[in-house]
Amino acid sequence: MAFHSLEQICRLCREENKDFYHVILEDDMKEREVSEEGSRSKMKKMWRAMVRAAEDYDPALRSASGLSGCDGGRAAAYYEAGGSLCGEFIGEVVTGAIQMAESNACMRRIVAAPTAGSCGVLPAVLLPCQKKFAISDDRIVEALYVAAGIGQVIASRAFIAGATGGCQAEIGSASAMAAGALVFLRGGDAGQICDGAAIALKALMGLVCDPVAGLVEVPCVKRNVIGAVGAMTAADQALAGIRSFIPADQVIDAMREVGEKMDASLRETGLGGLAATAKGESVRLES
Amino acid sequence: MNIFEILGPVMVGPSSSHTAGAVRIGYMARKILGETPAEADILLHGSFGATGSGHGTDRAILAGLLGMEPDDSRIPDSRTHAAAAGLSYRFVSGNLRDAHPNTAVLSLTAGDGRRIKVQASSLGGGRIMVNQIDGIRVDFTGEKPTLIVQNEDTPGVLSAITYTLAAQDVNIATLQMYRNQKGGYAFIIAETDSDISEEVLCQLREKKGVLKVIRIASEEDW
Repeated sequence: MAFHSLEQICRLCREENKDFYHVILEDDMKEREVSEEGSRSKMKKMWRAMVRAAEDYDPALRSASGLSGCDGGRAAAYYEAGGSLCGEFIGEVVTGAIQMAESNACMRRIVAAPTAGSCGVLPAVLLPCQKKFAISDDRIVEALYVAAGIGQVIASRAFIAGATGGCQAEIGSASAMAAGALVFLRGGDAGQICDGAAIALKALMGLVCDPVAGLVEVPCVKRNVIGAVGAMTAADQALAGIRSFIPADQVIDAMREVGEKMDASLRETGLGGLAATAKGESVRLES
Repeated sequence: MNIFEILGPVMVGPSSSHTAGAVRIGYMARKILGETPAEADILLHGSFGATGSGHGTDRAILAGLLGMEPDDSRIPDSRTHAAAAGLSYRFVSGNLRDAHPNTAVLSLTAGDGRRIKVQASSLGGGRIMVNQIDGIRVDFTGEKPTLIVQNEDTPGVLSAITYTLAAQDVNIATLQMYRNQKGGYAFIIAETDSDISEEVLCQLREKKGVLKVIRIASEEDW
């Protein structure tokens, strides 16, 4: 049985003196009737697939529509040259997010997290952090449980598909999941994990899903960047002891309400927002 | 949703509904036919028709028809693989009545001339629903082991199925029955909690009134 609230997870952490990730892990063992090893090995498979997808980025690839490709190489070259505004570390996050989202647009193998369109966010923050802080694969796998647990609650209370809740439901959810995972990796407790997720989700609330020509490319690739960078800043705020004034579950409920109020043209139909601009329309008519 | 529906699936992009779901639709139709088809006429409805080519929906369905799963990195090149496998295909965009926006109708012909028609929808996150087989309305996802029996609409077929499954200690999770008309053709679809053995299939094929028995294994590991 999936969790319906982050508060419920925090309560279990408190009452049974368990780590956030462990509560999610045990729930998966019950839900899918698997051993701890069975659950962990499946999550490890997801992590390996993410690592492999990042390694397999091909800067020469272009998508079928011609709308995406090659920017991952540009970003890498720029940040490696030095003198960037964000610096090397955030540069790696930006580059990783663009590259993974471009790989997705170019029909390469990725891990939906929580969707294919938002697949760049989690690996873009986890890979540079693993390197910078010398974190083991096992610990990263535990962070993925934290991310999945947050995503599960969002899916249960609200939605994770652009067609139902706009981009806030995809990139917003991915960013919240990534922020929670980062807080966990840097030693934050369950309450701080929820604060990080809430701060990240609030920052992207209201974001519409308006893909040009209905394709998962413009603006999806670049929105992965803001989801990833937003997760880093949200995690740092939570780790600094800054609380989310609105509790995480209520933030998720608000995200649902905003998504339900969103006009259908702004929910992955390719009819509103950027898709309806003159430039966006011209792409749709050509394809 | 279990956590691997949140973190996962591992899939070829760009869209879980228009690409991964489309692969599963092709894969499922191939399972129902029982082999890789020699010919495939595919109608893409709604959003599948409108944005399908940019999402690789056509290549994804072909890949599934060739037996590839959603994480197969050969999916982008499935047209080449189809040619090599002797699969000829045709895609058209069209509009169906009362269908989910992401729906495909696959009319398949096997090497020996057998034909089936499968209508299925992609529900999001890579999950699918089969809506029709040969014009008869059905509803199943293929997420659990599934037994599909096509039979004459006569008494006794259902009891034969439940008896055979019970004798093998297989618990039925859901059971659905559909028919085109009284005394006509019917489908009985049973989703089960454990795998269905080859023996069950053999026993059922011998029963009076049973025309075809198909088994879909669980795809939860995708």
